[in-house]
Amino acid sequence: MARGDNLLKVEHLTMRFGGLVAVDNLSWQAREGDITALIGPNGAGKTTVFNCITGFYKPTEGRIALRHGDAAVWDELESLTERGKRHITTAGGSLFQLERMPDFLVTQQARVARTFQNIRLFAGMTLLENLLVAQHNSLMLASGYTLLGVLGFPSYRAAERAAVDVAREWLDRVGLLDRADDPAGDLPYGAQRRLEIARAMCTDPVLLCLDEPAAGLNPRESAELNELLLSIRDKYGLSILLIEHDMSVVMEISDHVIVLDYGVKISDGTPEEIRNDPKVIAAYLGVADEEVEKVEAEVGL
Amino acid sequence: MEVFIQQLINGITLGSIYGLIAIGYTMVFGIIGMVNFAHGDVFMVSAFVALIAFLFVTAWLGIASITVALLIVLIVAMLFTSLVNWVIERLAYRPLRGSFRLAPLISAIGMSIFLSNFVQVTQGPRNKAIPPIVRGEIILMDHNNYAVALSYKQLIIWGVTAVLLAAFWYLVAKTRLGRAQRACEQDQKMAALVGVNVDRTISMTFVIAAALAAVAGTMYLMYYGVVSFSDGFVPGVKAFTAAVLGGIGSLPGAVIGGLLIGLIETFWSAYFTIDYKDVAAFSVLAITLIFLPQGLFGRPDVEKV
Amino acid sequence: MDKPASSTGVDFVHAAKEACVTAAITFAVLLPLIGFETVSNIDNKLVLHMRWGLLFSIVAIVGVGRLLMALVIAPWLAQRRMRPVAPATSSWLSAVGRWFGPFAVGFAIVYPILVLSTSGFSGALKWVDNFGIQILIYVMLGWGLNIVVGLAGLLDLGYVAFYAVGAYSYALLAKEFGFSFWILLPLAGILSSFWGILLGFPVLRLRGDYLAIVTLAFGEIIRLVLVNFVDLTNGYAGISSIPRPSFFGIPFNADDNGFAAVFGLPFTPVYRTIFLYYLILALCFLTAFVTVRLRRLPVGRAWEALREDEIACRSLGINTTNTKLTAFSIGAMFGGFAGSFFAARQGFISPESFTFLESATVLSIVVLGGMGSQIGVAVAAIFFIGGTEIMRDLDFLKQIFGSSFDPTQYRMLLFGFGMVIIMVFRPRGLVSTRSPSIFLKERKTISSDLVNEGHG
Repeated sequence: MARGDNLLKVEHLTMRFGGLVAVDNLSWQAREGDITALIGPNGAGKTTVFNCITGFYKPTEGRIALRHGDAAVWDELESLTERGKRHITTAGGSLFQLERMPDFLVTQQARVARTFQNIRLFAGMTLLENLLVAQHNSLMLASGYTLLGVLGFPSYRAAERAAVDVAREWLDRVGLLDRADDPAGDLPYGAQRRLEIARAMCTDPVLLCLDEPAAGLNPRESAELNELLLSIRDKYGLSILLIEHDMSVVMEISDHVIVLDYGVKISDGTPEEIRNDPKVIAAYLGVADEEVEKVEAEVGL
Repeated sequence: MEVFIQQLINGITLGSIYGLIAIGYTMVFGIIGMVNFAHGDVFMVSAFVALIAFLFVTAWLGIASITVALLIVLIVAMLFTSLVNWVIERLAYRPLRGSFRLAPLISAIGMSIFLSNFVQVTQGPRNKAIPPIVRGEIILMDHNNYAVALSYKQLIIWGVTAVLLAAFWYLVAKTRLGRAQRACEQDQKMAALVGVNVDRTISMTFVIAAALAAVAGTMYLMYYGVVSFSDGFVPGVKAFTAAVLGGIGSLPGAVIGGLLIGLIETFWSAYFTIDYKDVAAFSVLAITLIFLPQGLFGRPDVEKV
Repeated sequence: MDKPASSTGVDFVHAAKEACVTAAITFAVLLPLIGFETVSNIDNKLVLHMRWGLLFSIVAIVGVGRLLMALVIAPWLAQRRMRPVAPATSSWLSAVGRWFGPFAVGFAIVYPILVLSTSGFSGALKWVDNFGIQILIYVMLGWGLNIVVGLAGLLDLGYVAFYAVGAYSYALLAKEFGFSFWILLPLAGILSSFWGILLGFPVLRLRGDYLAIVTLAFGEIIRLVLVNFVDLTNGYAGISSIPRPSFFGIPFNADDNGFAAVFGLPFTPVYRTIFLYYLILALCFLTAFVTVRLRRLPVGRAWEALREDEIACRSLGINTTNTKLTAFSIGAMFGGFAGSFFAARQGFISPESFTFLESATVLSIVVLGGMGSQIGVAVAAIFFIGGTEIMRDLDFLKQIFGSSFDPTQYRMLLFGFGMVIIMVFRPRGLVSTRSPSIFLKERKTISSDLVNEGHG
């Protein structure tokens, strides 16, 4: 898995809700091992793109493809599309057409995990239970689809112990190990955000999609989040997709930034390039193109 | 053809009654998102109040004019049923507002059991029959020895339903109360912040729902001439079906759904077998919910991620 | 006018005014239905009788009650609330909680022996049958429905349908083919769970109250089919002389090869009743055991996660449709077991036993017990079913209220009233805390404020 090859391709993505066009003919790519940030003003369609990738929405038009394994597998994309299947597997790797898959299979088979803008933890379950639910599919297999588990087979008990170890490791990494037996709803806001990331990681993803992970965090927590995300990228070689409003997070950790406005891509490049793109500044500050320089001068860019 | 027209007339009559009850379900669901399970029994109670009022007016007061008697019975039934539903809301639902989602539903089921058994205990378990109040009919056509008749009581039901629906529409669309109701449907907290008395608005919704159910109850009594303590459940479920079919939350939907359910039921009984007519109604309910959960006039329910 | 909020001065005028208003409203509400009674006269025509006495006594009771409430009870409650809660009670409560389960199991096992020794053979029949078996059937139904409603958070108002499928499966197959109870018990469970999947498949994507109403519709459809499909089910008349279960091949009758003769005991019907008691007790234990196991398996955790947040479940790769279906079908299976036991115990079944009221009863047992809590559900079943059974027995009340007073009439009235009262005062049920299915260091109970009740 060489870093730098395309992991995810979004092509001509369009999403309409009745008369409203939330995303319009959007195309972009995310590279493997990158932290790719999706930014834009409120209502730009970022979360809609996320929901299309993770299968919660079926896009009106367009193709979303994800690769596992060798980059050569991209050559199969056209034939996969033509054959109308969800995925294709070759000797070198697999290719998934995400818009054709129901949401749970996107996580289960294509191994895309996500978090939510308004945190969705299982508030009445403990931290440990939250992380075990995330390992549902592998544990389900180990419990013989419940049958062996009910009869008390030892294979399931071993699998459960292993799953608890994975959960313990992630709780430790996000600094919540000593609260493992507390209900998730009792955690302070920042810790809930970290737990949601840990829970997504427990599904063993290749692509982690984070919807505004820094929202509501104080500067210190925000810095800790940066560290966590960087370590996930570097240690596990994981690719991360990020929606974020906090520019300190975006600029500091992303390798690649895509800017949306009114459902259209207005810029695509490194953080440095984005910072200096007049169109981006105009979109954020809401001025006409010709006034951008004046505004820039005023705000001291 | 004659049979068809006759069933159409019967179906519209039955459908008017269902529609009036259905509005109660739809309004309460719209404003507090609760299936008011006891509404069918409120309807049954109203039929009993109408029965007692009728006996009182004719036998005790000795009013001979049918028109005056019916009018008094209707008003008395509406007043008492509204009061009953107001008290029910106060005691059984208001304390549960904002609590655990299942609680109001269970409370409503309990209230439904309570009401039907209360009537059984206080008025006895037997059917209560009265002699026909309104007699006579208009023969619309007479072909092959099959006369299509529109009875006066059917005409009365159509007329009363139409007049009350018009009044009700005015109340909801044009008055302060209607505006407050629509505001509470959208967002109760916000409505409270801009000065809408949410508690009173919800109370008034129950009162209006009960008043319309009482109209249905009075019409039911006049039409069939018999009522029993167990008459709440099945008409209640059918009216709920009507509300769902029309799109729960939609007022015109409830009326049209009621008419449709009435028509389906009468045509089913006429052309197929009467044994399975309730199965037909329940199947319509299940099929609508499965394939068209937003109903005919409801807003589609978009899942928020 | 400002009123000082001191705890000493009780505003008598205000309280009296409230009492009067309450009494007036009570009077108006009760005037038609209690003030007048519709009775048929000799010509079989309805006439009105007045019941002023009854009406005014109820109004007086309510008025005085309201007055006492305002003058005595409310200040007392307010004062009590001011006092700090003694910490000792909570440890006492938790000790009760810990020992209650084993104690209840032990009591259930020795119950028939206890009854036999205290009230003899003839008295025992009633206590074991009406109380023991009747309550345990509802405990089992409650635990079965608890999987669907309490754990998976799916509101099912048509649970009685599966109970009916189990009962009719047993009755028809036993009568037509003469299969034994022990073959038909699992078969009835499988058939019920099959029906659970069949009915569940189209409806489980519906959410909230819609799911509840569709399940109600299905429950009613099944009952109406049982009523109308006379060729198969004999309609309202029901199915009678259903074969009774035997003691592993030895029948409970007065024959020479009957149970009593084989074991050299004098014949009495109590043996069968006691056998049935232990049978349903064993089925209850099976239900409890499987449920406890399932809660610690991935499928059980997925059910609870589903109740908490379905969208999050989907984002974690959980097939929510399958997860819901397993909950639905396993719940249905236990309903089917209970149904076939019911048919075998009664020897007669008819659609009357499977009305919506039964579903509502089981559901209220689950909700009253506290959703997800096994002990809570069992206690609720004892309270509701035992309570309504005792109501059949209160003949001494006739001496107080006169011979025309029939206490059984008030059973369902009080039942409905109880449901409302319990919801108003304890909407989360008796046991409202949740116990985690796994822990690292220590098991902490989770307060109900955090536990979601599900949206589907």
